[in-house]
Amino acid sequence: MGQLQNFTKGFIRDNPVFVLLLGLCPALGVTTSAFNGLGMGLATTFVLVSSNIVVSLIKNFIPSKVRIPCFIVVIASFVTIVELVMEAFMPALFESLGLFIPLIVVNCLVMGRAEAFARKNVAWSALVDGLGMGLGFAFALTLLGGVREIFGAGEIFGLSLFAGDGMLVFVLAPGAFIGLGYLVALNNIVKKKLA
Amino acid sequence: MANRESTFANMVITLMVVAAAASFTLATVYNLTKGPIERSREAARQQAIGMVLPEYDTLVTKKLMPVSGSDSLEFNIGYRDGELVGVAVATYTGMGYSGRIRAMVGFDPEGVIIDVVALDHAETPGLGDKIEKGKSDWSDQFQGFDPREKTLKVRQDQGDVDGITAATITARAYCDAIDRAFQTFMANKENLINKEERN
Repeated sequence: MGQLQNFTKGFIRDNPVFVLLLGLCPALGVTTSAFNGLGMGLATTFVLVSSNIVVSLIKNFIPSKVRIPCFIVVIASFVTIVELVMEAFMPALFESLGLFIPLIVVNCLVMGRAEAFARKNVAWSALVDGLGMGLGFAFALTLLGGVREIFGAGEIFGLSLFAGDGMLVFVLAPGAFIGLGYLVALNNIVKKKLA
Repeated sequence: MANRESTFANMVITLMVVAAAASFTLATVYNLTKGPIERSREAARQQAIGMVLPEYDTLVTKKLMPVSGSDSLEFNIGYRDGELVGVAVATYTGMGYSGRIRAMVGFDPEGVIIDVVALDHAETPGLGDKIEKGKSDWSDQFQGFDPREKTLKVRQDQGDVDGITAATITARAYCDAIDRAFQTFMANKENLINKEERN
């Protein structure tokens, strides 16, 4: 598999949210607006790339029976580093994204890529995989957040599209499931056309 | 490229090394970021005081025990030409949807609210975070709110504060935090206004 394919698979063919259905907790929880989705996606991408590289580098050193706890320690460390560094040097960004950062630890996407890809591949491939999957995740979250923001609040990235309150259900939890359902269906159609 | 064998010694050593490396890295990052984080929190505090107080030339900070609750409240008393112009109270509540909410509440000498700014919280993004100034104008309703005549509770609880759609718990908690500041301010009002000595 070429690196280009390795990178692009995260967007449509193996999209973490629409196809693998991984990381649904943050995907449903924080996507009340497109900006929230994008922020969560980018923060996850950073953690995913870093943890993929480290896991791939230490893979031969880890006995397979204790690999899961080791991966968790690596991932949790990166999440904490992101949180501390962001609060220290990017307070404005931290103000809008800070709430999401600790949620990345419980994102099974990060764990899933470490387990399914990074521990079987060299660091360079793991980096590309992390970047592709992370950006695919960000893409999916932005899309879902955008749909919910448009229908729920009549805005996109905070810009007002039409007046009025919109359908509140899209901002609430049921709207996340409805939106996700339709986006998964849409993704299946696109996937079939491409195949 | 075989993995190391899963013998007992190997597993124990590996876990120890990984945990030690992680602890060391985190401790280093923590030490590097401690200063900047404190500075940015202090800047946020100063900015919040500036937003909820009228212009002042002297600021006196005092810790006072609240009427209800376990932790002390920070009273930032603003004076201009020796006259008390307002008090900014850093208050808190434990009734939030997710952890403690901290807010800065400004009172004029009478006890009327000048403005309220959220300092930090972990409420649900998109719902409860409407208490922040940048996210929604919900908290603007407290400007000029007189807690002596109106009730600091959401409408569902027979109060005079509009709730937040789908985040009633957060709105209720925010009222609790403001009410704690107000009750404590009123209980200590005479002391704060009449005290001439400043340090």
